Amino acid sequence: MKPYNNRAWFLILPVILAVAFSAILPLMTIVNYSVQDILGPGQSVFVGTEWFQMVMRDSELHGALLRQILFSLSVLAIEIPLGILIALTLPAQGWRASLALVLIALPLLIPWNVVGTIWQIFGRGDIGLLGYTINQIGFSYNYSANPIDAWVTVLAMDVWHWTPLVVLLCYAGLRAIPDAYYQAAKIDGASRWAVFRFIQLPKLRNVLMIAVLLRFMDSFMIYTEPFVLTGGGPGSTTTFLSQYLTTKAVGQFDLGPAAAFSLIYFLIILLFCFVLYNWMQRVGTGDAK
Amino acid sequence: MMSKHITRPLLALYLLLSLLPIYWMLNMSLKTNAEIVGTLTLWPQNLTFDNFRTIFTDPSWYDGYINSIIYVLINMVLSVAIALPAAYAFSRYRFLGDKHLFFWLLTNRMTPPAVFLLPFFQLYSTVGLMDTHVAVALAHMVFNVPLAVWILEGFMSGVPKEIDETAYIDGYSFPAFFVKIFLPMIKAGVGVTMFFCFMFSWVELLLARTLTSVNAKPIAATMTRTVSAAGMDWGVLAAAGVLTIVPGALVIWFVRHYIAKGFAMGRV
Amino acid sequence: MARIELVELAHAYKPNPTQPGDYALRPMTMTWDDGGAYALLGPSGCGKTTLLNIISGLVRPSHGRVLFDGKDVTALPPEQRNIAQVFQFPVIYDTMTVFDNLAFPLRNRGWGAAEVGRRVSQVAEMLDLTSDLKHRASGLSADAKQKISLGRGLVRPDVAAVLFDEPLTVIDPHLKWLLRRKLKEIHHELKLSLIYVTHDQVEALTFADKVVVMTQGEVVQAGSAQELFEEPAHTFVGYFIGNPGMNLLPCTVRDGAAYVEGNGIALSDKARAALKGAAQATLGIRPEFVECASAPGQGAAQATVSTVRDLGTHFLAEFQVGARSVAAKLRTMHAVPGETVWLRLPPERTLYYVNDKRVA
Repeated sequence: MKPYNNRAWFLILPVILAVAFSAILPLMTIVNYSVQDILGPGQSVFVGTEWFQMVMRDSELHGALLRQILFSLSVLAIEIPLGILIALTLPAQGWRASLALVLIALPLLIPWNVVGTIWQIFGRGDIGLLGYTINQIGFSYNYSANPIDAWVTVLAMDVWHWTPLVVLLCYAGLRAIPDAYYQAAKIDGASRWAVFRFIQLPKLRNVLMIAVLLRFMDSFMIYTEPFVLTGGGPGSTTTFLSQYLTTKAVGQFDLGPAAAFSLIYFLIILLFCFVLYNWMQRVGTGDAK
Repeated sequence: MMSKHITRPLLALYLLLSLLPIYWMLNMSLKTNAEIVGTLTLWPQNLTFDNFRTIFTDPSWYDGYINSIIYVLINMVLSVAIALPAAYAFSRYRFLGDKHLFFWLLTNRMTPPAVFLLPFFQLYSTVGLMDTHVAVALAHMVFNVPLAVWILEGFMSGVPKEIDETAYIDGYSFPAFFVKIFLPMIKAGVGVTMFFCFMFSWVELLLARTLTSVNAKPIAATMTRTVSAAGMDWGVLAAAGVLTIVPGALVIWFVRHYIAKGFAMGRV
Repeated sequence: MARIELVELAHAYKPNPTQPGDYALRPMTMTWDDGGAYALLGPSGCGKTTLLNIISGLVRPSHGRVLFDGKDVTALPPEQRNIAQVFQFPVIYDTMTVFDNLAFPLRNRGWGAAEVGRRVSQVAEMLDLTSDLKHRASGLSADAKQKISLGRGLVRPDVAAVLFDEPLTVIDPHLKWLLRRKLKEIHHELKLSLIYVTHDQVEALTFADKVVVMTQGEVVQAGSAQELFEEPAHTFVGYFIGNPGMNLLPCTVRDGAAYVEGNGIALSDKARAALKGAAQATLGIRPEFVECASAPGQGAAQATVSTVRDLGTHFLAEFQVGARSVAAKLRTMHAVPGETVWLRLPPERTLYYVNDKRVA
């Protein structure tokens, strides 16, 4: 069992200061705005929970929320298993491993608006490699007109963009498993599947939790890439939560409702993550944290 | 481990698919806008370096590149430096509020950075840090430090606590133990953390642009400025994309030995 | 139970080793008797773990052969060699219960549930793990986990040898003793060959019938604790074994006597003959055998007392002989620091080494 030691707080202090300095004040500001109706500079009226109620009743919000949930779940369902799989295929060391790591990491390094821009062209049936190829194969594919195509393209773009994150995390996690475990498994006559199931997967627990939470959060807040690619369309079929918020705030330039919605947005993510976090803690070994 | 006959082709396939859009971006960067939106060509028919030339002859782009590298490196070093002791504390000790604190850290990543725009602007203006590299580095710590703490804690918890105790019995002081024994054991985690801190800070454009004006203006400026009166400047955007890959690729190259197996788990 | 033979065994990382430095393990030939308990003792990096891994099959040697009961197993992987290995830190399957951990090797071989249950209960009983069988393995203490690691090795009835790689490293000191005793019990009961790697001489000397001392990839001596103590064949063995280790003093041989810092020590006939022709040699004598007198005598060396420590059962004294320091364990000690005394080195306990190898 871990020893109880309140002096550990000193080790944490720099982190708390750094993060709180940047986080708490803005949060307070947001909360402040969310309960006011700002009529003009210096003129505001306290309106309590009015904005929150208004936001919750907005049917467009419900649509965007459902689409967002579907998107994030799909992203997790594809990227996590794929990431683990690719991490397993990477060699443990050597020049091939180094080269592969660099190549795999490349999609992560492109600014997100450029990602969207590239895929805009890439996915076009007339001038893009992907679009053209799909049409040649026989599917009629048009991501600007067809909602399903738009979804597939946005998903494909996200998988391409972010699976490397899962790969890198899992790869590092695999490298942290001491040789002795593989050696003992050899001596025990374990099959390759048993090695994966009883040694690698359990030891990847920590890393996978980070990957799942991270990908969930980031996909739930995704804005730039789909906005640049489809603009939220066709219609509003690929309008996710973040875009909805931005449109509302920028379009109406109303800080009150925008702030309220930001808080609700944050609380939704918080709730999902909290549930995910606790569920993942319970799954697996019993001596977590 | 899976047989080589499965893993090699699988990996090769993945890399091939993964590199297609990158190749496409490179392709676009060497074409004129007319060619990009005109026809589908697998390589430039009218090869042109104009896009790159535009970037290289634009002094603000060159400066932006350097500025971005500066604040990203500051952020990376600071984030990892303060995350290490915190992660160790979370991993090795229980203390008042530890579970809640750990989760709270992650909640700082649960808001779109857009939400922080206005408050940050006001905050940094008041403190007089506007338009400095430090401002962006600090601002980015909001999302990088929690990530660093979470990843490092995960890797640290994988090292049995008995190793710590054995080291003390063998006479190591805490700093010596941490640097010579502990860190090498979690070096995969450190390597990956450094890369992710670099990456997330590098691609964050909104805050970086908002908090800077002249002195510390990052590449974000050019990235978002490439919509001219004639429409989207596809070629220049693609060229800029190509160039922004370079620093990150270098970072991964430098930490590759941390992430991949360098040497076996140390012996006390 | 297996008789293990190493024939011309060597391991080098480079394909064509020429110098001693190219070898991780220098060429050796050795036989380890069936059912014996052996310790591989040496400092970090001496090659003992490499040797252990070659015996277990995790490492394929670059030269030589390994034989189990006369059968050449050099090319065989670990699972086909009927060995078990216990590592420096507990290697268990976290997600399984203790029972499933112990049952794992048997299930992999296709054993039926009833047989598995019987065998696992048997081994658990032997290791005092019966009460923990239903518990998750990950929640137990380090020593229990090491017992599980050991149990997984013992659970296979055809296991011939159990190899230990510094298994007590992460165990609490007060539990180490219990675990060591348990290992000895198992050894007596099952009569398996046990090979135990350690850098702790106390562990090695108490655990094993025969200790193999290694340094820098070379086996310098293999023998019982007494042999290693009283007749170290190599200066390293003299220095490594014992607390404090043997005093090693460079000496020059002239006119039938060995001169240490100007003091002449008489040589026995045997020693004189062995050292003929050697100009430089090393004189070795254990602190336990150094005698201290207040008056000069035949063949005694003049020394100044540096420190004296009363350790209850004996005195640990340090002397300066010229530029060298000599340690001695004495029953009585009357001299005080700064005094001049004469150290007598009994010829029957004084050993001589040329180029680190014992000659007399």
